[in-house]
Amino acid sequence: MSDVLEVALRLLAVLAAFLVLPLLVGQAEHKAMAHMQGRLGPMYAGGFHGWAQLIADGVKFAQKEDIVPAGADRRVFQLAPAVALLPYLVVLIVLPVGPNGFVGQVVDAGLFFVLAVMGVGVLGSLMAGWASANKFSLLGGLRTAAQLMAYELPMLLAAASVAMAAGTLSLPLIVEEFEWWWLPWQAVGGLVFFTAGLAELQRPPFDMPVADSEIIFGAYTEYTGLRFALFLLAEYAGIVVLCLLTTVLFLGGWHGPWSDSLGWLWTLLKGTALAFVVIWLRTSYPRLREDQLQRFAWTVLIPLALAQIALTGVVRVVAQ
Amino acid sequence: MGATHHVAADYFDGYSVVGLVAVVGVLFVAVAFGAGQLLRPTAPTPEKLLTYECGVDPVGEDWAHTQIRYYVYAFLYVIFAIDAIYLFPWATVFAADGFGGTTLVEMFVFIGFLAVGLLYAWKKGVLEWT
Repeated sequence: MSDVLEVALRLLAVLAAFLVLPLLVGQAEHKAMAHMQGRLGPMYAGGFHGWAQLIADGVKFAQKEDIVPAGADRRVFQLAPAVALLPYLVVLIVLPVGPNGFVGQVVDAGLFFVLAVMGVGVLGSLMAGWASANKFSLLGGLRTAAQLMAYELPMLLAAASVAMAAGTLSLPLIVEEFEWWWLPWQAVGGLVFFTAGLAELQRPPFDMPVADSEIIFGAYTEYTGLRFALFLLAEYAGIVVLCLLTTVLFLGGWHGPWSDSLGWLWTLLKGTALAFVVIWLRTSYPRLREDQLQRFAWTVLIPLALAQIALTGVVRVVAQ
Repeated sequence: MGATHHVAADYFDGYSVVGLVAVVGVLFVAVAFGAGQLLRPTAPTPEKLLTYECGVDPVGEDWAHTQIRYYVYAFLYVIFAIDAIYLFPWATVFAADGFGGTTLVEMFVFIGFLAVGLLYAWKKGVLEWT
């Protein structure tokens, strides 16, 4: 009986984190971006510095008419937001937050599982792009596909480097193996991983698939109301997952002073710092052009990732 | 024999919880869509259901022909991705006792193949978008 209760609690905690953390990142983006651009951002909803802005947005989205264009492939169009969103929920449960089993569920091949499931999310954008029967959506969907193919590879290679360093694919074990000197040792891999992850989320400066000045909003052009909100939620859930995963793989997860009792706090702090970087990059860099995007992945990130694998292998074998 | 069964059961136990979280996710989406249906208005007009193209009436076919420039990238991706998948099981054992130098040489052969392939594609102009 207590087992059932425990599993239920874990599921509930993961669902709560999945619904709350993306909103926190979204609100932080509203405010941080505004201040970086000399504005105040939302100030009214909820009273104190507009803290309830995203809740108000959610209420608004839920009341909007749900429009499916007459020419669209109805079922695929309607299911696409769910396909884009759910992989991030599933990934959250295997991410370790603190030591001594502070994780939704330990999965032996966790790293492999996470990378595989995260790849599914992009299918949602592809489904939306194709099913909308809109030229701009189709272009956006095709750009998404091209971007996925270019950036999945450096991400896989950088993750493989961490697996080599730790000698395991289990996420909690990877964090346990972590030593402080991994930071300089895996720095290049970490940068490649984080950058490639940003590109997979189509965040600026890699947001060519949704470039508003060219193709309106890419694959999401025809979406309204709740389904549009779910796509937005997927983007921010993606940021949460990417930041936590980068923390776990490259920044030592829960390691830090008093990690036995405060480990979870370290994971969250490091993840928050990375989320801030994601927001910061959005305000500071112009969008890369499509050919620059492709060239950057194939001629910069992939060679760097291969070099990191060589370095990891040599150090691991020689250091023994 | 009994022990292996036990280990296998433990292994799949983990995935059953992961499966449950997927079920929770599907329920969440179903409830959200169901509640949305109750909350929102429905008042379709032909103009609303028209494909959106910057405000003017759509021109030509909706599923437009488009030049897929990256099918060669797609081939490259498939080749590299399959290679990368094999890295993961290797990564967990390559530094184990008695492997050391041999696996290191193997790794450089492997990376060498990938690097030469990438250089060849680059030289052939495959990595140009336009």
